Amino acid sequence: MIRGRRAKLQVFRVVAFILFGAFFVVPIYSMFEFSTRGIGNAPRTLDNWKAIGTYPDMVAGIVNSLELAAITSIAILVVLVPTMVWVRLRLPRLRRVIELISLLPLTIPAIVLVVGFWPMYQWLGNNVSDSILTLSFAYAILVLPYSYRALDAGLAAIDVKTLSEAARSLGANWPTVIWRVIVPNISSALLNAALLSVALVLGEYTIANNLLYPNLQVSLVSLGRTNAGVSIAVAVASLLFAFVLLIAISFVGRPRRMRSEVA
Amino acid sequence: MTAAGNPAVTGVGRPIVGGRRLSLTWVGAVPFLAYVAVFLFLPTVIIAAGAFFGENGFTLSNFANLSRSYIVTATLNSIILSAVTAVAGAVLGALLTYAIATGNPKGVVRRIAVSASGVLAQFGGVTLAFAFLATIGPAGIVYLWMAEHHLNIYGNGIWLYDLPGLEVVYLYFQIPLMVLVFLPAVDGIRPQWREATESLGGGSWHYWRYVAGPLLAPAFLGATLLLFANALSAYATAAALVNQGGPILPLQISNAITSEVGLHEPGFAKAQAVVLIAIVAIITALYAVLQRRTARWLQ
Repeated sequence: MIRGRRAKLQVFRVVAFILFGAFFVVPIYSMFEFSTRGIGNAPRTLDNWKAIGTYPDMVAGIVNSLELAAITSIAILVVLVPTMVWVRLRLPRLRRVIELISLLPLTIPAIVLVVGFWPMYQWLGNNVSDSILTLSFAYAILVLPYSYRALDAGLAAIDVKTLSEAARSLGANWPTVIWRVIVPNISSALLNAALLSVALVLGEYTIANNLLYPNLQVSLVSLGRTNAGVSIAVAVASLLFAFVLLIAISFVGRPRRMRSEVA
Repeated sequence: MTAAGNPAVTGVGRPIVGGRRLSLTWVGAVPFLAYVAVFLFLPTVIIAAGAFFGENGFTLSNFANLSRSYIVTATLNSIILSAVTAVAGAVLGALLTYAIATGNPKGVVRRIAVSASGVLAQFGGVTLAFAFLATIGPAGIVYLWMAEHHLNIYGNGIWLYDLPGLEVVYLYFQIPLMVLVFLPAVDGIRPQWREATESLGGGSWHYWRYVAGPLLAPAFLGATLLLFANALSAYATAAALVNQGGPILPLQISNAITSEVGLHEPGFAKAQAVVLIAIVAIITALYAVLQRRTARWLQ
């Protein structure tokens, strides 16, 4: 009876993996197929891929998003790392509050947040700058929970207190402690947080679209209305880039986790 | 928040030695707190306060406008879409979770399935909409292949750009999210419990009905709620897929702020945002309660 159940279970598992696998793989394969399709009965071609550079709006969108990703991922680290280290060392009572605030954006949908951003960005645009790069302020909020978790895991794996007391007793000031003692010890967590931020910013559509800024995803949608083949080629390219980033994250995260398990 | 950021309030219970040093300590948290005050709390306040104010001061007309028929329809559609994809995503995701959990815990299949779920649960928005257009859109490879074999999935019109299409597309991120949330609970089930059931003379039915079922029920319900909130908040996928109109609430909010369609009505957008966040908050609170119940036996 038990052997019969085992066999049934194995059949169920195989069928489940094939069906779910198809549901998840076919749409991605279809995008590849669509972007390399020739006109009429023409053979497969990379024309759509080669044409990406001939759409200036699309190129501008890509450049905008790459700049936003760079600024956001660095800015959030600059704000978050000193705060988290400082709170761990000197303000432990604030730790729960900082954690709560940092995870809060997870529960607020981006489409709600953007309603509140709308008047703020109108004011910013009229009085400070209407550059798309001001979106970094909003994006840093979006990536805050993910960066917080990555950094929290990194800081938990090292003994912040002992390290900084040792550095302080040798005469280091606080910036030196953070920059030359803490940062090198949590480098993989920093990279992890930065890569996650990049992946999130490159895929962001809701805020940019509603504040009328042409980032990568917004340009993608408008290009999709005129040339579906090229827009899907860009979508595949950005997807590949995101996959590379996420695979990189899974490699970056591993050694640190193993070390903390041993310790 | 302001209370927590103020040393005079939180420092009361503790003897203050060297008041000046203490206040300097608080300065370290100021950049972060100032940033979140401006870019997280200010927008929230703008929404909450703005929903109650019009051009002539305090008003409830923004909320009265929620009774417009297209908003009622969009809200109901949003709830239906979220409920359908939450329940379908939870059931299908639970099947996939079970298939993963019953395999080798250190096997390649499991590792691939878990990392893929992590990636795909975040995979939404424009690219996802494009992926389904390339699959079952009017020029998509699967659609063309089916048409060649005389299977017309669009016999009653192209449903991909409407609610049924959104339901199918949303499952693409709902199922992986279910796997991520539900797998720890399924992993917590010990084989010994099944053996115990059998030694007491129980069969598969007894095991699922009286042992595994009741144990997994809170985790399953909690995960379903999380999926519901997830679908309710999603905007980008729908915006990229739906060409015209606003069949769901997030698209109506967008219409009201950007004035792409109709009038620019910032106050009205805020009232809708309040409704959306209220539903999400209730669902999230229920989820937290169920999560705590699950955590009781999961360790």
